[in-house]
Amino acid sequence: MNQGIKYRGCPSREELENSPGYPSAERVNKGPVAVIECVEEIPCNPCEAACPYGAIKVGEPIINLPTLLENKCIGCGVCIAKCPGLAIFWVDLTYSKDEALVAIPYEYLPLPQPGERVEAVSREGKTITQGRIVKVDNRKRNDRTAVIYLAVKPEFAQEVRSVRVFPKRNS
Amino acid sequence: MNKMRKHKVEVAVVGAGPAGLAAAIEAASAGAKKVLIIDENTKAGGQLFKQIHKFFGSEAHLAGTRGIDIGAKLLKEVEKSRAEIWLETIVFAIYEDKKLAIINKAKGSRLIEAKKIIFATGASENVISFPGWTLPGVMGAGAAQTMVNLHRVLPGRSILMIGSGNVGLIVSYQLMQAGAEVVAVLEAMPKIGGYGVHASKIRRAGVSILTSHTIKQANGKDFVESATIIKLDEKGKPIPGTEKRLKVDTICLAVGLSPLAELAWMAGCKFEYIPELGGFVSLHNEDMETSVEDIYVAGDITGVEEENTAIDEGRLAGVSVAGSLGYLSSREANERKQIIRDRLKCLRMGPFGEVRQKAKEKIMKLWSNYHESRYKV
Repeated sequence: MNQGIKYRGCPSREELENSPGYPSAERVNKGPVAVIECVEEIPCNPCEAACPYGAIKVGEPIINLPTLLENKCIGCGVCIAKCPGLAIFWVDLTYSKDEALVAIPYEYLPLPQPGERVEAVSREGKTITQGRIVKVDNRKRNDRTAVIYLAVKPEFAQEVRSVRVFPKRNS
Repeated sequence: MNKMRKHKVEVAVVGAGPAGLAAAIEAASAGAKKVLIIDENTKAGGQLFKQIHKFFGSEAHLAGTRGIDIGAKLLKEVEKSRAEIWLETIVFAIYEDKKLAIINKAKGSRLIEAKKIIFATGASENVISFPGWTLPGVMGAGAAQTMVNLHRVLPGRSILMIGSGNVGLIVSYQLMQAGAEVVAVLEAMPKIGGYGVHASKIRRAGVSILTSHTIKQANGKDFVESATIIKLDEKGKPIPGTEKRLKVDTICLAVGLSPLAELAWMAGCKFEYIPELGGFVSLHNEDMETSVEDIYVAGDITGVEEENTAIDEGRLAGVSVAGSLGYLSSREANERKQIIRDRLKCLRMGPFGEVRQKAKEKIMKLWSNYHESRYKV
């Protein structure tokens, strides 16, 4: 079966690893960092202006893929809600001894609440583990894109990209 | 016709969507007097007020801002520019010498005499037909979007989306935000049509995007109760025996848009069939002027693209009009136009934009061929 964003609707591991916005495993191990999952050249650059540390470069022309300057990124998370494509995530593998923290842009209501246990979902929409909501950042600056911080087992940190919080309709 | 009351303006803009508003703002703020925007709807803004998502583009295009907020900003700028908007006003004819026959709900009919006319009439949704397509519950994706985002009415509980272009993907996402379930998105081509980031949003929400699939029929007695879908081979032909029945109550069609160009046809503008831009589009030059002098086009009417290209084409038409009316020095007008043209070029790059850039170049080439042949001595 054909893989990749044009066929499956979500980036393959290969596409992610070849894209300049996806941080290296080495950088991810060091601590909080933005994970830019933007693998298609579309005319768009708000992420570049969003980063207060100059860690995201798009340049001219604006169809360039964003490049994450991973040593400049301090993991502040400002960029997450600024991406119109909801394609910027954030991972902190140093969160605690047995949990990693993943930040996800989220635009559904009702918003999950801190402490709530949720299903942690992959890029393909499959439940792969359970997670715990740690923080929900819905400040004005985010312009109605909430950023939810989810604690999961570290091995799932680079796979979990959404949550399922609402009860299934037929239950 | 001689009984119709006359109303003289310098610039008449038909259509109060992003292209029309931007055109009026540029023309009026450059100094043009009496800029009139005409729109048949009850509210200005075109499709902007149902676009609740954040837009792509550059900082200069207000990228990252939601369509609804861009709409509000444009309306404020219109107010500041002193351009006037007549809503619930239909243009039903165009006569020689740039006379537009209009009818307004309150004012009655008028004959608008303009020095320059800009058509920014947008596009309309395409449909495909299949057995059962007239059942209640089959609708355009744009219509479903209007229902949820403007009228706050859910068209159905379980949706089948036909078409994976940006409209199909975005409307699927917004229907889920409104509380519906999207059962699947079908795409007849072997690849997803729209931006990957839009596809990814609905994929991680659990929606399947079935490429090389189409709808065979809608089933139900009084309304849609299910849909039969079928797989397509590499030539796009249905493969018998691959039918599947999906339980849905709503089928949304997101199968492209066609330019709404009747007025430009009526005005005698030259057209060309360019499938990449949605069908028949009127030729125009670098200034957005058509083959008929003093008549300009901007936005989807001259090629179905996006909101940010529509705004910039509108701006280009507005600056051109202001320049040719003498409100800007030719140097000033050229400088402003060049900035906009460069920006448009940027928006038409990359795997999605390149096709449109080439098509646009073709339109301008055909315009100049036509122009040359007409004025050959």
